Amino acid sequence: MNLQLKSGALQQVLALASLVVLLVTFSISSGNFFQFSNLIGILLSTAVIGVLALGSTFVIITGGIDLSVGTVMTLSAVMTGVFITFWGLPVPVGILGGILTGALCGLLSGTAVAKMKIPPFIATLAMMMIAKGLALIISGAKPIYFTEAESFANISQGSVLGSLIPGFDIPNAVLIFFIAAILGFLILSKTIIGRYNVALGSNEEATRLSGVNVGYWKIVIYTLTGAFTGLAGVMMASRLNSANPALGAGYELEAIAAVVLGGTSLSGGKGTIMGTVIGALIMSVLTNGLRILSVPQEWQTVVVGFVIILAVYADMLRRRKA
Amino acid sequence: MSEILVHMEGITKKFPGVMALNGCRFELRKGEVHALMGENGAGKSTMMKILTGVYQKDEGSITYKGRTVEINHPKAAQDAGISMIHQELNLAPDLTVAQNIYIGREPRRKLGLFLDEKALNRQVEALFERMGLVMDPSALVADLTVARQQMVEIAKALSYNADVLVMDEPTAALSEAEIEDLFRIIRQLRAEGVGIVYISHRMDEIKRITDRITVMRDGQYIATVPTAEVSTQDIISMMVGRQIYDTSKPEGVSRDRETVLEVQGVSRGRVLSDVSFTLKKGEILGVAGLVGAGRTELARVIFGADRPDAGEIRVHGQPVRMKGPHDAVRHGIGYLSEDRKRFGCIVDLDVKSNVAIASYRRFLKPAGWMDTGRIRQEAERIVDRLRVKTPHVDQEVKFLSGGNQQKVVIGKWLTRDCDILIFDEPTRGIDVGAKSEIYKLLNELAAQGKSIIMISSELPEILRMSHRIIVMCEGRITGELGHEEATQENIMQLATAAM
Ligand SMILES: Nc1ncnc2c1ncn2[C@@H]1O[C@H](COP(=O)(O)OP(=O)(O)OP(=O)(O)O)[C@@H](O)[C@H]1O
Ligand SMILES: [Mg+2]
Repeated sequence: MNLQLKSGALQQVLALASLVVLLVTFSISSGNFFQFSNLIGILLSTAVIGVLALGSTFVIITGGIDLSVGTVMTLSAVMTGVFITFWGLPVPVGILGGILTGALCGLLSGTAVAKMKIPPFIATLAMMMIAKGLALIISGAKPIYFTEAESFANISQGSVLGSLIPGFDIPNAVLIFFIAAILGFLILSKTIIGRYNVALGSNEEATRLSGVNVGYWKIVIYTLTGAFTGLAGVMMASRLNSANPALGAGYELEAIAAVVLGGTSLSGGKGTIMGTVIGALIMSVLTNGLRILSVPQEWQTVVVGFVIILAVYADMLRRRKA
Repeated sequence: MSEILVHMEGITKKFPGVMALNGCRFELRKGEVHALMGENGAGKSTMMKILTGVYQKDEGSITYKGRTVEINHPKAAQDAGISMIHQELNLAPDLTVAQNIYIGREPRRKLGLFLDEKALNRQVEALFERMGLVMDPSALVADLTVARQQMVEIAKALSYNADVLVMDEPTAALSEAEIEDLFRIIRQLRAEGVGIVYISHRMDEIKRITDRITVMRDGQYIATVPTAEVSTQDIISMMVGRQIYDTSKPEGVSRDRETVLEVQGVSRGRVLSDVSFTLKKGEILGVAGLVGAGRTELARVIFGADRPDAGEIRVHGQPVRMKGPHDAVRHGIGYLSEDRKRFGCIVDLDVKSNVAIASYRRFLKPAGWMDTGRIRQEAERIVDRLRVKTPHVDQEVKFLSGGNQQKVVIGKWLTRDCDILIFDEPTRGIDVGAKSEIYKLLNELAAQGKSIIMISSELPEILRMSHRIIVMCEGRITGELGHEEATQENIMQLATAAM
């Protein structure tokens, strides 16, 4: 038991260590970095990408990929806007609708992958374009504002924790991110969805021949990823207090990067939720720190690229040794 | 006495939580076939992987051709003339036979930029001719049967013109005819002065082809003896260190038992034509035939892994149409694949997940969470019962020895508790002690009223275990024999009947 925990934990310790090194380096380099408000800012900017990355982790562990999460997130935000602003539905219903929109897109991608046997890269590329187009069509290519429903903004921007514990003003978006992470962790390690997810990622045929309906479970997993994506969409809409159909493209790559930084293997069968959380944090700490050090935005992206190479290389070295 | 090629002394190798080798020794002479024997997990493969540079030893020394050597890398071993056929196949399925054999050493055209496919295929044809093997060098490996893939591995090892050749269970997937081919090649190499290490659990092969035997137990050296001077019983007791009892023959089943499975007129492509048979409750039905006779295909069709073109399958009298293996499992059918690495176990998962993978619904708590405590208990029970050698049930299956992986896959189906079990080469790679335990287990299952279809290429096993035997040849059933009337001869006759 200890053995396996060790090997799984090591991967996270490595990612965690990089995170700590980054935090220390930036704190030393700039007095502005290690401030409560800046740290909250980092967490806040992690929340949406983080939830997206959490969802992507499931599909990536199957050995697949979901390129549609960026634009599906946008579509979910737009649909939330449609439900709440255009149709005047109550806020909770709108939220649920947004999440279900994401889940439905995942269901479709999953069906294309599992039943029509379209490679995940292609199926989700198509879904990416479909969602992008639909978001523009439905919104009339204009942002939808949530000015009528004031409580909607509170979902991301309010602070339940702050109202419970004075001074502890952690925005809800961050809270939702951590709750989603716990949920993801439970699904991956304590339910059969998670177990089949890992099993079919490491050897799909052997899993099928064990009597597991792999087609069905793949659809379940893509739908799950979609639901997390929908949640990210709601969070983003609430944070901006508007659903902007032009945002979202490219987020899928950042989500994938966070997952990979967290030690999940793109060839499937290996990955942890904890790793993804750390991966997402590394990404935003890096961007935030570089910005505080006044590194131009173009260069921030370049640095992130190099960091991804380094992190994955370090992980491979470790694995080769083991 | 001929020259000593390899001498390994005091070899120790630790893996996390496992002492795989503990001061082990081994010696190989020029021009001998030397058997390495021991139970599953005794350390045979590990010992040879150290010789061929796959693993690094922790302690000990290796002398090769009179000089002390450090072999740090498989390439170093190959360059020195030591080559190995691994227990697990290591071929790239999407490359051709020839490309696989010369991978990393491809012949180039003049400038060295372009590959010379023609020269490559010519070289491979020459190699096949020397081996007396008929195979198309440009066939894709993915399209070959396991047996043919194994022959490709053997050809690849031979292509290095090695002085030392290690064969780790080379015949596990081969048919009788191919085993004969292999033995002919081995004799030829021995005459040329090659030293051959031969790892196998099949006593008859050891007796036939090897000159000396080294026995290992629990990572330690036990003895080296000339093959001609020891009895099978001696070897077994050296290997096991305890007495193993030979199980009885199966008790007869009366004819009026209820029928649990009926296969009627099943055909599929060119591999199965018009196959019909029945299986009764509590019966062990042996399916004999040469490799390629369609036995595995039949099993896959019954299990829903492949769809039949025609015919009907009835379970407990009800016609069933299976969309996939999950439907078969729901009807109480389990299937143990002959290809453990590809279709049997999920090597990246631990022992307990592999044991539970077919039965998770049994291990759910009311709220839908997995009951890890019960899964662990069940896995520990299986490990005990099948004597799986593993430090704990959280060990990833890829760290188990080949035979122990096979036991884990058997454990998966025991856990599932099926009414109908199809075992395709269940004792492949399993040591003698464990074999008789599996036979005992099959008898127990049958006595409990489970029905078993046992596919096996080992005739003694089929003869000993089956209540009834059906023989297949080229996709057809060529005959059915009762337990009393079956002999090796009449089975072989039926197995070649359609040819
Ligand atoms: N990479 C590894 N990591 C951890 N343990 C290992 C590893 N390789 C082998 N072992 C362990 O070392 C022991 C010896 O294994 P080895 O594969 O040499 O056995 P073997 O004699 O070849 O058995 P078999 O007849 O089943 O093939 C086993 O207990 C096995 O679980
Ligand atoms: Mg072995």
